[in-house]
Amino acid sequence: MTKQNRVRNVTENPCNMCMPMGAIVPFKGIENAMIIIHGSQGCATYMRRHMAEHFNEPIDVASSSITEQGTIYGGENNLKKGLENVMQLYKPELVGILSTCLAETIGEDLGRTASSFTREQGEGFTARLVPVSTPGYGGGHYEGYIQALYSIVVQLSQKTEKHDRINVFVPHISPADIREIKRILELMEIKYTLLPDISETLDSPYIQPYRRIPAGGTPLQEIEAMPGARATIEFMTMLEDELSPGKYLESEFGVPLYRLPLPMGIEACDELLRVLKKLSSKAVPEVIKKERGRLLDAMVDSHKYNGAGRAAVFAEPEVLYGVTRIMAENGILPAVLATGSKSPALKKLLQSLTADCDEKAIILLDSDFVSIQDHCANRKINLAVGNSDGRFISEQVGIPLVRIGFPIHDRIGGQRILSVGYNGTMMLMDRITNTLLAEKLSSYRQDMYQSLYKYPSAAANDH
Amino acid sequence: MKNMAMKELDNEIIKERSKSIRTKGRQSQPIQCEADSVAGCVSQRACVYCGARVVLNPITDAVHLVHGPIGCASYTWDIRGSLSSGSDLYRYSFSTDLREEDIIFGGEKKLARCIDELVERYHPGLLLVYATCIVGVIGDDLGAVCKAASLRHKIDIIPVESAGFSGNKSDGYRAACDVLLRMIASEEAVPKKDNCLNYLGDFNLAGEAWIIKSYLNEIGIHVNVAITGDSTYDTLLEAPSASLNIVQCAGSMGYMGKRMEQIYGMPCMNISFLGLEDTMDSLRRISSFFDNYFISSRAEALIKREYELYAPVVESCRARLQDKKAAIFVGGGFKAISLIKQFRELGMEVVMVGTQTGREEEYDTIHQMVTDGTVVLDDANPSELETFMLEQGADLLVGGVKERPLAFKLGIAFIDHNHERKHPLSGFIGAANFAQEVYATVCSPVWRYLNLDGI
Ligand code: SF4
Ligand code: SF4
Repeated sequence: MTKQNRVRNVTENPCNMCMPMGAIVPFKGIENAMIIIHGSQGCATYMRRHMAEHFNEPIDVASSSITEQGTIYGGENNLKKGLENVMQLYKPELVGILSTCLAETIGEDLGRTASSFTREQGEGFTARLVPVSTPGYGGGHYEGYIQALYSIVVQLSQKTEKHDRINVFVPHISPADIREIKRILELMEIKYTLLPDISETLDSPYIQPYRRIPAGGTPLQEIEAMPGARATIEFMTMLEDELSPGKYLESEFGVPLYRLPLPMGIEACDELLRVLKKLSSKAVPEVIKKERGRLLDAMVDSHKYNGAGRAAVFAEPEVLYGVTRIMAENGILPAVLATGSKSPALKKLLQSLTADCDEKAIILLDSDFVSIQDHCANRKINLAVGNSDGRFISEQVGIPLVRIGFPIHDRIGGQRILSVGYNGTMMLMDRITNTLLAEKLSSYRQDMYQSLYKYPSAAANDH
Repeated sequence: MKNMAMKELDNEIIKERSKSIRTKGRQSQPIQCEADSVAGCVSQRACVYCGARVVLNPITDAVHLVHGPIGCASYTWDIRGSLSSGSDLYRYSFSTDLREEDIIFGGEKKLARCIDELVERYHPGLLLVYATCIVGVIGDDLGAVCKAASLRHKIDIIPVESAGFSGNKSDGYRAACDVLLRMIASEEAVPKKDNCLNYLGDFNLAGEAWIIKSYLNEIGIHVNVAITGDSTYDTLLEAPSASLNIVQCAGSMGYMGKRMEQIYGMPCMNISFLGLEDTMDSLRRISSFFDNYFISSRAEALIKREYELYAPVVESCRARLQDKKAAIFVGGGFKAISLIKQFRELGMEVVMVGTQTGREEEYDTIHQMVTDGTVVLDDANPSELETFMLEQGADLLVGGVKERPLAFKLGIAFIDHNHERKHPLSGFIGAANFAQEVYATVCSPVWRYLNLDGI
């Protein structure tokens, strides 16, 4: 197709989900929290379905179920009634209130409704309400996640006495990734408040009896105390300052901020460990050094296979950057790099990251899968890395897909995929290298035969 | 109430919801249904738009364009298991991806440009434009844009009135049927074909429509078009030339059958190919309609052959499933009813039945079918499902994607009976698949290990 350079209006096979969907995730990572989405019933149901498939966990999210009537006379009463019912059924300590396209368009004021609801409930009502404006048309799920995370910190944090924890903010990564980051912090003997912590809530062990709000998540008191922390680590390098919770805590309360890329790839992991060393009085323990050594060993072992890789990567900005970094370090050509987000900072970061690569990378922001597919054909891509929505490309043009990110709905265990830290980097690399190997080995006898074996026909022609 | 004090249960059920929950033999008033969901109750229902897509999306060579913000399109991209024997255009997700500025200035121009781009790239004969909630609110005139585009491109471009909030999934079915009716309407009288029927309400999930077509074909009946499983624009236009409509999913397509009866005088027969009994019964009823000796005798031969092939499979599962307890929570009443029958075939007891959007008549039928003590729920939420599955001691839940993890967390077996399924559940082979799936989950060894005191 020749349309790739033209500005198109239509979105074909979207990379984006909508803002409120992304905003659900940070709330799911807070202890004893529930969420209500102010809008029509369908939106909430679709988002729950989407998340349930990825996490294999029940995803309870309430809706204010606005009907046609509500759009005419306002949905405030629906929202209040919804909040009451959520309190009765789930008894949460905190409720995230998210808007939708509909609520925003008919001019609902979440903040006002939240405060009048709290007032009406009277003294005994202790739950915290956190309204966040997330019009679906205002951005993708990445923007929704960031907006919610920022709002949570701004609305809940209070001036507190200094304490010895550090704040850690993570983008949307898997529960397994979060467990790995926590393990590294613990090995470095650093006390922390990590937000949002979906490591238990969205990957909960089998327990009895069942809990409607699963155990785990960042405790509310710790979020409130974030201004008293020794430092903040924010694993998001492309946030604009106005949406960076770390920046907020720095400018309002003087908490020193370290902005780091996700620890994906040897250099990014080293960078993290150097910061942690500084924040801890402790030397890097032997276990971690061995993990690092094993990663180096693995990089050497697989570098020749990796050299054959020409990759398309599609993911949310931070993960996209991390995967690209691993590729650049290991000699896989990151040829097509795409995301549904518009993040301008990302483009610059990716450009400088891939500056030394043999071919210039094509960087697609605010993209869709049909454009990605068009570019894959042009750039002779033989490997795709990203979420399950890329399966279409695999199916249609036969490029194998290594799954990472969200959503992963055509395979089991999306919540358990580990890709950060020295260990995670190594595991992701192995998945990538083995995919390249499987491709080669499954067809090379055939390929060689077809391209090289010419003698018999030539001999036959002689007769 | 077993194991649960009344007081405790009160806490589990929102007061307004109690009218939509009935235990057979305990309350005399009929169940409240077909009402709006109660805010904050975590309803499992989807929206009008969802219903419309269920019905129309299987049209394989159409461009399905969602007019609205990105989420609505994104969440419905290729999530259903409808198969195609030709085009795969229906598996693409096209969206006008409305942004802030479109919300302020209106989305009509963008919609028109999107249509132009799609027609240019894919050359479809039919382009459907689905309305989402926001479209009406910002005042876009879908009808006018579609009409103008239709004239411009000389193809059928039809708006689907599927704004999510204007009802629930069943209203979406209806909106979709209206689109189909409008599409097949034609000025000229259509000549009738012999021994030919339309097969309504099968979306060819995992090839189900193909199974039924092959049965009917074998006994000498031609399936004119399945609506809408594996259908195309051209084949749908032929719909008026059949002499009978058979309706599988009455929930979604009963209305279309009725309307075609009024418009074209085409008789309409409700059938069901779910379960051995229903399949045999339906094949016999269809062949007796055509009143033709050859058709009837071939039908009997087919029934005999297939029954002998698959009944033993069902029988062997039945032996191991005897007296296990099943809970049902599905979209519509029609499906719940046929599931109750299928569990009977398997010797299982149904202890809970719920639907998202069942109708009054359907609940009446359900009420008559189930035994005393069975809990019946309309528009249930996760808390109610949890409470009643545990209270009733269910061994198995049949439901959709959202209910699956809940069942598993409660240590209850689960089967998918939704549009995402990847194996056919229709016809004789489908009945065997169903039995085997129930067996595989209910009798899996994993349940034996779900104890917490192993270490
Ligand atoms: S894009 Fe808007 S309308 Fe669509 S699902 Fe998201 S919030 Fe709802
Ligand atoms: S906006 Fe309306 S049409 Fe779209 S998912 Fe929500 S309820 Fe359905």
